[in-house]
Amino acid sequence: MNRIDQLFRNKPQRILNIYCTAGFPALNDTVSVVEALQQSGADMVELGMPFSDPLADGPVIQDSSTRAIANGMRISVLFDQLKGFRDRVSLPVILMGYMNPVLQFGVENFCKKCAEVGIDGLILPDLPMDEYEHEYKPLFEQYGLHLIFLVTPETSEARIRKIDSLSKGFVYAVSSSSTTGKDKVMADQQVYFARLKAMELKNPVLIGFGIRDRGTFETACTNSNGAIIGSAFVKAIENSTNLQHDIQSFVKGII
Amino acid sequence: MDIAVNTSQSRYHVNEKGYYGQFGGAYIPEMLYPNVEELRQQYLQIMSDPGFQQEFEQLLKDYVGRPSPLYFAKRLSEKYKAKIYLKREDLNHTGAHKVNNTIGQILLAKRLGKKRIIAETGAGQHGVATATVCALMDLECIVYMGSVDIQRQAPNVARMKMLGATVVPATSGSKTLKDATNEAIRDWINNPVDTHYIIGSVVGPHPYPDMVARFQSVISEEIKQQLLEKTGSEDPDYVIACVGGGSNAAGAFFHFTDRGNVKLVAVEAAGKGVNSGYSAATSQLGRLGIIHASKTLLMQTDDGQIVEPHSISAGLDYPGVGPLHAHLYETGRAQFLNATDDESLAAAYELSLLEGIIPALESAHALAKLKELPLQPDNVVVVCLSGRGDKDLETYIKHLK
Ligand SMILES: Cc1ncc(COP(=O)(O)O)c(C=O)c1O
Repeated sequence: MNRIDQLFRNKPQRILNIYCTAGFPALNDTVSVVEALQQSGADMVELGMPFSDPLADGPVIQDSSTRAIANGMRISVLFDQLKGFRDRVSLPVILMGYMNPVLQFGVENFCKKCAEVGIDGLILPDLPMDEYEHEYKPLFEQYGLHLIFLVTPETSEARIRKIDSLSKGFVYAVSSSSTTGKDKVMADQQVYFARLKAMELKNPVLIGFGIRDRGTFETACTNSNGAIIGSAFVKAIENSTNLQHDIQSFVKGII
Repeated sequence: MDIAVNTSQSRYHVNEKGYYGQFGGAYIPEMLYPNVEELRQQYLQIMSDPGFQQEFEQLLKDYVGRPSPLYFAKRLSEKYKAKIYLKREDLNHTGAHKVNNTIGQILLAKRLGKKRIIAETGAGQHGVATATVCALMDLECIVYMGSVDIQRQAPNVARMKMLGATVVPATSGSKTLKDATNEAIRDWINNPVDTHYIIGSVVGPHPYPDMVARFQSVISEEIKQQLLEKTGSEDPDYVIACVGGGSNAAGAFFHFTDRGNVKLVAVEAAGKGVNSGYSAATSQLGRLGIIHASKTLLMQTDDGQIVEPHSISAGLDYPGVGPLHAHLYETGRAQFLNATDDESLAAAYELSLLEGIIPALESAHALAKLKELPLQPDNVVVVCLSGRGDKDLETYIKHLK
């Protein structure tokens, strides 16, 4: 069974999913960050494959991507780093990234490598639902990879249902229409989260974008199965001299 | 003067899925879906509405000054031993072809009920053309511009500000057109309801490449009529245009793509030379990839990071090319040439001295290739003079020997 599905079966509520750009803060920190997150009590990790032009990201994740690329991170390096990491890491790991580097790597080869190292799912924000359905779905399924789609407050109910039916693992509810790292007012979004909850989707829902501390995490959890933290975590470790310690205290501050 | 709205059977036009051959599509994050989908569903319908067409044509005539002249360049023709005509987009209000598209899109934005307009700009011509129509229609205007381009196109920055626009510097990456486009897209993601994004070229997610090409198609519509009057035939032997994203070329080629006897020549910016590492000649240096939500030819590293291009001309300094042009290149329907910074400077001086016309640096790239075409004395050649050189004076003065 896919580790994401296993996780939601064992722990349906208060899932904490943390995003970090691979190869950041230093090139070889990738696996140490994942291990530290697991030890600190995070439930799931999203590793960003850095891209030169990340359209859906705000300044914090843009900067971490630029730095990771300058450090020498690329998809082939990431797979090398992840070789054997499953000996030490049991939590679900998702790769997040933009389509162009994946296309250049070769989509089938990419899926194959993901399966080899033990990746559970993918978030590819600029892969449209139609392209996925008609071009890539069988391939992703063959390699046991869950593709996680985003929905926003502007997504129509019909489209949310379509996305839910195509998704596996969970649905990623963007808390407001924004790039990553924007703090829009959570209270205004409660109506939207409640609407999502009332739809009783087949997939669990995790809320992301703008979750940054205990308060926003708690609010997100009242109407969903948990939340995703990205920019706030990246910021917390960007100048870290003691990753283990700083990651521990960041996660403690949330849960 | 008609906007082309009939969905054509041409293999060079977009198909119902938003592709030109294997190029195009809409690789957008979900946050952009409602806006792009609204446009996709409505653009053809709005553009074919008689009220829309009338307003568009009236503004092109009385405000922009269309039709733009098709000028027989006698001394240039003598030099290159062919009949050379210049399509004078430089004489449009605001000084370039860009305004054809911004007039169209601002009317569309009004019909979609949008209150806030955003745009990216490289040379500043599209920014000025957007700021202009926003002033005209009393809409808020925010223009993203790379901080490098803000330096090298200072007169246009001043014009945008005088027209009431807010100019926001893009400081990431190469700090040029690509990065300004990233910032505009991010703005649109953050303002999903009240904002329309006026893209300045035939790039971006479907339906932008097709919509912009249709607004610019007035260029070739007029060329046909003007040539018929002047030469007795609608068809030239050659149409030559520079290509950044490719909107002036798309407009100049539009009505000729299915006329096999008309040779289409697209000229990209070679920068310091195609293989110098400082170039923007996408068809020569690019591979299939995705930039700004469009699958097209793209300059990139082997692991798929977008490469920072170089051109002396801010309007051509872009690592991708519109999907229509990628298709014209792949099918061989258009010939793709490229001109270096130096060749283009020389061509700009040549046109100034021979014809008394100072061209934009972008347009000078197209002129620079006249010397390479196997022209015959009775060949009719149309060069799209996409803009005027006022904005480039500082660069020209710097290179005046
Ligand atoms: C005068 C002029 N010509 C050409 C271009 C290039 O754009 P496109 O390839 O879309 O025509 C620009 C862009 O700024 C321009 O200002």
